[in-house]
Amino acid sequence: MAATATRQAFGDALVKVGSDPRVVVIDGDTKNSTFTELFAEQYPDRFIELGIAENNMLGVAAGLALSGKIPWAATFSTFIVGRLEVVRMSVCYNEANVRIAGTHVGVGIGDDGASQMALEDIAALRALPNMAIVQPCDSIETHHAVEYLTFEHVGPAFLRLTRQKLEDVHQEGYRFVFGKADQLRQGTDVTLIATGALVQEALAAAKALDGEGVSAGVLNIHTIAPLDVDAIVGAARSTGRIVSAEDHNVNGGLGSAVAEAIAEAGIPARLVRVGTRAFGESGSQEELYDRFGLSATHVADAARSLMG
Amino acid sequence: MPVTTTRDTSELREIAKELRVQIIRLLVEAKSGHPGGSLSEIDILTCLYFGAILRYRPDEPSWPERDRFVLSKGHCTPGYYSTLARAGYFPDEWLMTFRKIGSPLQGHPDRTKGPGVEASTGSLGQGISIALGIAIAAKIDDAPWRTYCMVGDGESESGQVWEAVMSAPKFNLDNFCVIVDNNQVQQTEPVEKIMDLAPLADKYRAFNWHVVEIDGHNFDEILAAFDEAAATKGKPTAIIAHTIKGKGVSFMELSPAWHGKAPSAEEGERAIAEILGGTK
Repeated sequence: MAATATRQAFGDALVKVGSDPRVVVIDGDTKNSTFTELFAEQYPDRFIELGIAENNMLGVAAGLALSGKIPWAATFSTFIVGRLEVVRMSVCYNEANVRIAGTHVGVGIGDDGASQMALEDIAALRALPNMAIVQPCDSIETHHAVEYLTFEHVGPAFLRLTRQKLEDVHQEGYRFVFGKADQLRQGTDVTLIATGALVQEALAAAKALDGEGVSAGVLNIHTIAPLDVDAIVGAARSTGRIVSAEDHNVNGGLGSAVAEAIAEAGIPARLVRVGTRAFGESGSQEELYDRFGLSATHVADAARSLMG
Repeated sequence: MPVTTTRDTSELREIAKELRVQIIRLLVEAKSGHPGGSLSEIDILTCLYFGAILRYRPDEPSWPERDRFVLSKGHCTPGYYSTLARAGYFPDEWLMTFRKIGSPLQGHPDRTKGPGVEASTGSLGQGISIALGIAIAAKIDDAPWRTYCMVGDGESESGQVWEAVMSAPKFNLDNFCVIVDNNQVQQTEPVEKIMDLAPLADKYRAFNWHVVEIDGHNFDEILAAFDEAAATKGKPTAIIAHTIKGKGVSFMELSPAWHGKAPSAEEGERAIAEILGGTK
């Protein structure tokens, strides 16, 4: 399959799960960016347009969930995190089965620049006790995640989606297991622990390292909360060298989560965190990954720095 | 077991009196909580729960056909819990555990702990959106039940309230009724001084709501307003209830000091004597 943005895969997947009449979709006037317009065309009676008023949008989602609906509220992730207190109180504290899709994450969105780039959403949402955080790395995983979160998951959930296209990492027949890390590649020298758009970068880095005689494993963390601590601790124990990789601030994101897991397990491992440390800016995705140190080259360099 | 309701306003007045006493008792016991807004809302809650407005089954709190009530001004739990206890959702003894460790009666409503609580609230401005979502769900299903939401006047300074007010008419929610407990006083000062909301009724009208303005302590007017809301087609109704914060206890009335402070045992006795004396 051609490279697909996970936001687009999300839109396609919503149409599929929309055959269940309990599914409703809520928009804040970004439906052509989040691809919820696909659902709107198919199920107009269950598509709720609330305009640029995200506090209300998230509260309405909670009310719908409390009434037995399965609501998906979707907009740019940064606008969701901007309404953190509504997510905290109306959604999470109410134990409302709201599914929130946050698109346009990371510097990977490109030209639009810093104001639209969510680089702190994982950090903020990770502090909410019952919020599940899922970030798929390709189209196939997105379809599985949407299906799981729609029909099986109990409690609030957040799905983190890219604007840019991502290569398919998985094949048809891939089995997505919520809360379980996905071992994409075995390695004995170093483990690259990546999420979302950085998974394909980590795979490319592992390939480059292989040519240099460095055996790098790749762990895809599609579920950031609850974290598969056993898989991370296991990797730290077996390779002793870890690189975390994410298009998000290293503070509070996957890098922090990995550091916490390793430290609490008392494993003597070394860690380098690849991720952002500043606000984003305008540019192409490739230029920005280069500038912000997120490309495969940077992930490989981070691994090399541990090999001395 | 069906709830005993009445349209006799003298009976409703007696129930409200009983609930006011309960509010004072549980506040004295808890040593903290919000008397002012509980006393201003209680005549409306009395009509809603005991005046045959709200359809509910206390022995079956999740009855699918029930009407929903969301207390958006979540700090006014003393009035809310006293009402729910009298309605039969839980025993009166629970009221004496209010705000204490392990109690289902949290300082602010928690739907996962207290039976009869439709939504957890307490962060002002949010409950109205939750209630709106509940009303939209009913509309999607063409369900017969109605959704009521009580909002504070001070709370109406929150932008989210107006996001919800702006959006409700779009969905022709004639199953949705917001009651503004316009009690004139907020935590530190009169509402008028903090942020004047006048003309509040005009604001709702401008957003295309059906608006009814009433004296929120007049039982005939409260019941009539709810009936009018139920009969209104095609748009949501806002009942702007002009009330008095602390109503029924002279030393608490319209005083910001009694927004979030419990009476001492002695003050409680004075308050109860006044309520039972029925002078106010």
